[in-house]
Amino acid sequence: MGKGWCLFFLFWPVAAVVSCAMAPWIGWSFPYDNAQAASNLGIRIDGLFYLILIITAIVFIGTQAALVYALWRGANNRKERADCVHGNHNLELIWSIIPGVILLFLAIYQMNIWADFRIKKYFPEAAVKAPIAEITARQFEWRFRYPAIGKILQQKPQPDDLYSVNELHVPFGKPVMIQLRSDDVQHSFFMPALRIKQDALPGLQIPVWFEANKPGTYDLVCAELCGWGHYKMKAHVIVQSEDEYQNYLKTLTEQQFYDGLGKIAATENNSENGSESEATEK
Amino acid sequence: MSVLNPSPTGLQPILKPQAHHAPGNFITKYIFSTDHKIIAIQFLFTTLLMMIVGGALALAVRWQLAFPWESMPIVGPWLFAPEGGQISPEFYTMLFTMHATVMIFLVIIPILAGTFGNFLIPLMIGADDMAFPKLNMLSYWFMWPAIACFGLSFTFAGGPAAGWTSYPILADLEQAAPGSGTAQTFWLLGVTFVGFSSMMGSINYMTTIINMRAPGMTFFRLPMTIWGLFITAILQAFALPVLTAGGFMQVTDRLLGTCFFYPSGLVINNAAPTVGGGQALLWQHLFWFYSHPAVYIMLLPVMGMVSDMLSCMCRKPLFGYKPMVISMSAIASLGFIVWGHHMYTSGMNPAVGMAFMVATMMIALPSAVKTFNWTATIWGGKVQFNTVTLNCIAFLSMFIVGGLSGIFMAAVPVDVYFHDTYFIVAHFHYVLFGATLFGVFAAIQFWFPKMFGRMMNEKLGKTHFVLTFIGANGTFFPMHFLGMQGMPRRYADPYLHGYLEHLLPMNQFMTICAFVMGAAQILLFINIFYSMFWGPKAGRNPWNATTLEWAAPSPPPHGNFDFVPMVYHGPNEYAVVNGDKDFLMQTEKECQPAKSQSETETTA
Repeated sequence: MGKGWCLFFLFWPVAAVVSCAMAPWIGWSFPYDNAQAASNLGIRIDGLFYLILIITAIVFIGTQAALVYALWRGANNRKERADCVHGNHNLELIWSIIPGVILLFLAIYQMNIWADFRIKKYFPEAAVKAPIAEITARQFEWRFRYPAIGKILQQKPQPDDLYSVNELHVPFGKPVMIQLRSDDVQHSFFMPALRIKQDALPGLQIPVWFEANKPGTYDLVCAELCGWGHYKMKAHVIVQSEDEYQNYLKTLTEQQFYDGLGKIAATENNSENGSESEATEK
Repeated sequence: MSVLNPSPTGLQPILKPQAHHAPGNFITKYIFSTDHKIIAIQFLFTTLLMMIVGGALALAVRWQLAFPWESMPIVGPWLFAPEGGQISPEFYTMLFTMHATVMIFLVIIPILAGTFGNFLIPLMIGADDMAFPKLNMLSYWFMWPAIACFGLSFTFAGGPAAGWTSYPILADLEQAAPGSGTAQTFWLLGVTFVGFSSMMGSINYMTTIINMRAPGMTFFRLPMTIWGLFITAILQAFALPVLTAGGFMQVTDRLLGTCFFYPSGLVINNAAPTVGGGQALLWQHLFWFYSHPAVYIMLLPVMGMVSDMLSCMCRKPLFGYKPMVISMSAIASLGFIVWGHHMYTSGMNPAVGMAFMVATMMIALPSAVKTFNWTATIWGGKVQFNTVTLNCIAFLSMFIVGGLSGIFMAAVPVDVYFHDTYFIVAHFHYVLFGATLFGVFAAIQFWFPKMFGRMMNEKLGKTHFVLTFIGANGTFFPMHFLGMQGMPRRYADPYLHGYLEHLLPMNQFMTICAFVMGAAQILLFINIFYSMFWGPKAGRNPWNATTLEWAAPSPPPHGNFDFVPMVYHGPNEYAVVNGDKDFLMQTEKECQPAKSQSETETTA
């Protein structure tokens, strides 16, 4: 009977390891085609993930195997009494120090990635100088405000700003920075392909930088509960070449400021831009 | 027994609880009881009842994820007639909010501290009762206003819908969500009442453990269960006031417009712009300052109980008693400085995140030490494969997963991806269901004979265990893959997003497993209620265990012990050599030579 239970407790770790090993081949790993991040930083984050995965997999297999083996021995123990052992000082030291060192190594190892990712001092200078857009999350959509072509994003909305909803265009191959804010409740800017997540906190403007390394259309979703429509804050980030990006901005300008007479009235136009942008969407 | 006995070890005098008379009629005996054992049983039945509620809410969540927008079977047409039986997204947010609330505040915390804390503390330390029996009764009766408040909150616009974390601004302003009106106020009141209940409990436990130990029961002779409950009580006493204060600030924000948590100029749902000056991040700090230690409040007592049960079932002393105590204390003290790991993406200063990351990495160490010690306890033991052992092994096996997945979450850059995805849902279900609830199942089976004087059924117990174990792994393990795919939690319909479309079959598989697991709990209830009345009678010490409660009659009478307990040993003296039996109770000075009658047998 005891051996049957040992096999029972062996079965599920084996199933877990097998399903994890299969995961990359059957699309259970990171999302999108080849499960690779679309940014260099994302690839470094994935590297850290795989490092932790290897370490934890070894520990998982080791501890589960030890557990099942200990049970197996316990089930077949023919001795009249169990071993009278109260502990072992050296063993305790070994299994405190080794995991301690590994954990400390992991803690120090990841500091660089985190610093490059989020600490403002290490942000790429070019991106910080010219944030490409301000993203405003609201129940339940994403609003994007770009500066006019050739201008720099201002803190306050400008009359010649360009607007779009639920569709963000960014160039690839160069670091870009966005300013993230929220109009109402808390939201979270989550781009799975780039491994980026940042909460949009009402009352704060939070800078986020990223550098996509290949073109494509990626999902942008909300990751912080923001009300009943939390699940439907669906948006796309379109990563394209610099030329295509500039073309997009031009089209956006034309759509937004076309005065009906075939002229672009960008600078003169002081009307409410937000309402127009919604009309031009889709 | 109101004399002050001098302690034979000279360590401390024994203090008696405030004198209270033996209960007279039915009402004082079973309803407004001041006897810790009755209060424990009251807590047990209340929490089991709440487990049904919480489980039903979880199954409804699973239904929506597997069969989005389809009419719910049986209850759907009756509950949501206007929507054609389907769950509305508003109701879905309420479902997961209340699932977490019920499971955390009304099941896990009260079943550990309320049921096992109440039942075991006086019995295991050799006391007549708790230090403050009336406070103890009050602690139970404060659960009911809480249950009433949570129940009432359902009746307002479908219930609170801001998640159990109740983050402002969503929870702070009425216009933010349908459930953020009166329902949210009731929810906050409910949490406050639960807080009062736990607070009264924890003060009582600390006082009892410090002052009322039997003669000879030094701190390092306390069973691990008591250590777990003691450290939990300390955590609760120091962390809970912060949540209560925070909750009260949210109530005043809502009712008096104090604006602690909301800034100016927010236009929510086309309402007039807010006028404030507060900061939403403040709530997260206050909330997690309690709720991270709360994670350990929900785990440490189980760690203690499993240590005692494993040692008994392997007939072997606990491996490394002192390292176990030290690592438990380390978990508790580090637990106070890691709350920020819930907030890596919150907009908190990223440099602070780095400090929290180091502390969080380090908290994995004592958990690892504990795991190794448990495995070493089994090593070389004579393992008895009964329901208690199986549930304990399940605890260990699943705690390893929960612990290891925690390392991913501790690593800041990786957590940024996993934060608020199903990976975190997998992690805390492995800890809270996999570890805590399996530990609780084992503990119910183990201490049931002491509570009711009858044994639970082994066959039913094992069937319940197998179904629950398979169901739990089938439900919670695939959640890791959902997290890898980047499926955010709290989504009523994740398949709206292209990159998540293909996850429907996996979610359906998980839902089937969840229903199996839910149905298996019926066996537990049958087992409990059948065994209460018709189970075979248990003697004083059916498991041949060593701790003090097994020296008392089953069930123990009012005042617990029919002799004055004296303690001579540590708590887990199994596998003793040269004795007639392989264990030495804490009350026995030395073992009898082989073949003579033992003390327990004569008293039984």
